[in-house]
Amino acid sequence: MLAPRVIRLLEDIVGSEQVTTDSTDMLCYSYDATQQTFLPDAVVFPENAEQVSLIMKMANVENIPVFPRGAGSGFTGGSLPTKGGVVLVTSRMDRIIEIDEDNLVATVQPGVVTEQFQQAVEKVGLFYPPDPASLKFSTLGGNAAECAGGPRCVKYGVTKDYILGLQVVTPQGDIIRTGGATMKGVVGYDLTKLMVGSEGTLGIITELIIKLLPLPEAKKTMLIMFNSIDGAAQAVSAIIRGKIIPTTLEFMDAATIDCVRKATDMELPEQAQAVLIVEVDGDADLIEKQAKRILEIVQPLGVVATRVAITAAESEDIWKVRRSVSASLRNVNPDKFNEDICVPRSKVPEMIRKVDLIAQKYDIPIVNFGHAGDGNIHVNIMIDSKVADQAERAEKAIKEVFAGALALGGTMSGEHGVGNTKAPYIPMELDPAAVAYMKAIKQALDPKNVLNPGKILLEDLETIEQAKQAN
Amino acid sequence: MSNHKKLEDFRQEIDKCVKCGACQAQCAVYKTLKRESTVARGKVAIAEALLDKDLPLNDRFVLDMSQCLLCGSCYDKCPNLVPTDEIVMAARREIAERQGLTTFGKVLTGVIKRPKLMETLVKGGQFFGPFLFKKIPDHSGLRLRFPVPFISQDRAIPEFSDQPFRSRYPELIPGDDDKPLVAFFTGCMINYTYPEVGEALVKVMRFMGFPLQIPQAQGCCGLPALAAGDEETVDLLADANVDAFAADKAEVVVTACASCHAGIGKHYRDMGGDYAVLGDKVVDVLKFLVDNGLVEKLQQLNHKDYKGETLRVTYHDPCHLRTQGITAEPRALLRALPGVEFVEMEGADRCCGLGGTFSVYHYDTSRKIGSRKADGIAASQADVVASACPGCMMQLQDSIQHAGLPQRVSHVLQLIAECLPE
Repeated sequence: MLAPRVIRLLEDIVGSEQVTTDSTDMLCYSYDATQQTFLPDAVVFPENAEQVSLIMKMANVENIPVFPRGAGSGFTGGSLPTKGGVVLVTSRMDRIIEIDEDNLVATVQPGVVTEQFQQAVEKVGLFYPPDPASLKFSTLGGNAAECAGGPRCVKYGVTKDYILGLQVVTPQGDIIRTGGATMKGVVGYDLTKLMVGSEGTLGIITELIIKLLPLPEAKKTMLIMFNSIDGAAQAVSAIIRGKIIPTTLEFMDAATIDCVRKATDMELPEQAQAVLIVEVDGDADLIEKQAKRILEIVQPLGVVATRVAITAAESEDIWKVRRSVSASLRNVNPDKFNEDICVPRSKVPEMIRKVDLIAQKYDIPIVNFGHAGDGNIHVNIMIDSKVADQAERAEKAIKEVFAGALALGGTMSGEHGVGNTKAPYIPMELDPAAVAYMKAIKQALDPKNVLNPGKILLEDLETIEQAKQAN
Repeated sequence: MSNHKKLEDFRQEIDKCVKCGACQAQCAVYKTLKRESTVARGKVAIAEALLDKDLPLNDRFVLDMSQCLLCGSCYDKCPNLVPTDEIVMAARREIAERQGLTTFGKVLTGVIKRPKLMETLVKGGQFFGPFLFKKIPDHSGLRLRFPVPFISQDRAIPEFSDQPFRSRYPELIPGDDDKPLVAFFTGCMINYTYPEVGEALVKVMRFMGFPLQIPQAQGCCGLPALAAGDEETVDLLADANVDAFAADKAEVVVTACASCHAGIGKHYRDMGGDYAVLGDKVVDVLKFLVDNGLVEKLQQLNHKDYKGETLRVTYHDPCHLRTQGITAEPRALLRALPGVEFVEMEGADRCCGLGGTFSVYHYDTSRKIGSRKADGIAASQADVVASACPGCMMQLQDSIQHAGLPQRVSHVLQLIAECLPE
């Protein structure tokens, strides 16, 4: 509970209409896509950096935790008010301030929805490539805070590759600018890169300067079916080795194809044990050549069938196969742990084999799909949490999946971040000195630990580990 | 036993919501108000909390459940197909049941059941003629759509016709001998405010040669009452319609109103029994016409048959047709019209913002949603905005008027009728 005095202070900052403590609102800002719930004590809707700054200054004086939130669509709990306190929602800061066609940069507020921004720049022939699956509803502020990825990142890179500069409110309430609208800039530490992916623990993004590209003239989509996962995985390496970097290189394993087959009327032959969705973009004649070359390269690797889209509608049909995956998984089991490990591209087949063994060992269905082109695999551990000990077995399986990815030189999260759900596993990936380095940064910038506490770095990792084991 | 599911019966569907947030991209109300309690996953969470007794049924709950257009867009794009529109309607029934008829109920049904009060209120109203509601039966959904004391003085309301559509025709209009009989469910808005849409339907059906039955005993489909959580009235109306169409030999019942299509189609099917038998016969008239070859017939029409210059026409998707997958048919008909140039507008699939009673209680939000629609209409540079739902037509007219745009609004049927030989 916050003292009435604190609520009045918040009301003075943002106006009484923009602060709520109603129990219905507390419920509505208690969750995200992880389905965990933590009730806040208040929710505020500031409209500019000055208000955010005043809120952080007050939070430091009053010792109240503040949790920044965009669309609340994260998969690791990054925006959840794990310690009560105040949820700070960016939804009112939703203006595209400028699209500068001369310099190919745009300036936006953090609450702009990613797809709306993409549509706005595409209208003037420009292109913002990062395309997380949530792009229709997630915000650019949230994407930057989590350093979101997406299928197109194989060719174009992830969110951090497009953020040139930021306006940030620091945990203690100062308003700073990092980077800028220039393509080069090396004065001082690269705080932009530090902020992007810091999951709202080091500052609240209140403005973003974004790099844009010219919109590619055309694209071509292909669905290639293989008789083995090995064939598909080798095809990924072969395409890259052939000096072609497609826009997207998505794969689905046999379990995924099975789900799609059961849930939709899409034609996927029984022999298809793995599927690659390959898209190329660029000049119209160049992509024709690239598409032809790709089909030649993969042909000897056990191709069962291919579908090449000629019209936009046919391309859409192919992407429908990929998009139907998420919903069709429910037919396997009602609950899922959606992990997003990333391994070096060439290790994808080995990782898939490891995951299969783990699924057998713990007798839990695991469905794999994702961005093969950059080694980012979505490992979906499907359970029914109502069935005794399934959740426990899933926990163990997850730990082994992480260990497997790390042993192959990979990471436990390619794009979802750490939040609170992966925080306990941090010591598996980062050595103690690296954790201490990160903690030193956090402690220096946020000595009272009021900004998104308990995310990425748990204050007391040992305690959490003990708690997990006691369970 | 009730014909309607209780909120408790939706437990399983509520459990299916994984809080992914995809509904944020679909909800016109959320996009305008940007509060989590207005979007589907918020409403589902609130409904669940009520069932679990974590939240009380208070004014806030009533407000939250009122802030839904029932357009079904969130369901349409939900990865787990959580039927939030149905959950909201069940929540509204819960409100009516537990608190007696409150916000929705007390206001709306109160007006319906006390015609004297109605008349007094009507006399004070500035938009309605003093005799307006005398023309409309007690149970018409129009009374729910326009509860006078709550109607904003600012809203553009269509004129109410002196002679309701159904009184203009006999029960049976003959057609070609080899064509099966088709029945027409007119709905309230066509009967009372847009009889010209009904006239157009008659003309088009005549052109196609289908004999048309217009049962005089039919009434309101019940959707406005359903949206208000008023089970009793829904059942009363549904019974009357089942009786009205029971004697009918028609195997097909056409509607020219997207909301009625949902009302007597989808919702009667959900109610089961005799209601479902009627519901199963329901087809949107535009889909019926395309299935029966009208596109080809229109393409054969001589251009000279169309009086006037080339018309630039755009189309607004009514939510109640779009979520049923009826989007291609109206466009195919418009494209086939001689002298018509069809253009897509940006955001054709976005809700117009009417949402039946929603616009009555939340006119400001409704108008904001409508103004975004108007932006797309302006950019399309069309002469005419066509649609397939009188409710949408009314809202579009309102939005166009407020934006000071020159477009006229028309039902697709009217544009077809204009092209046909006399």
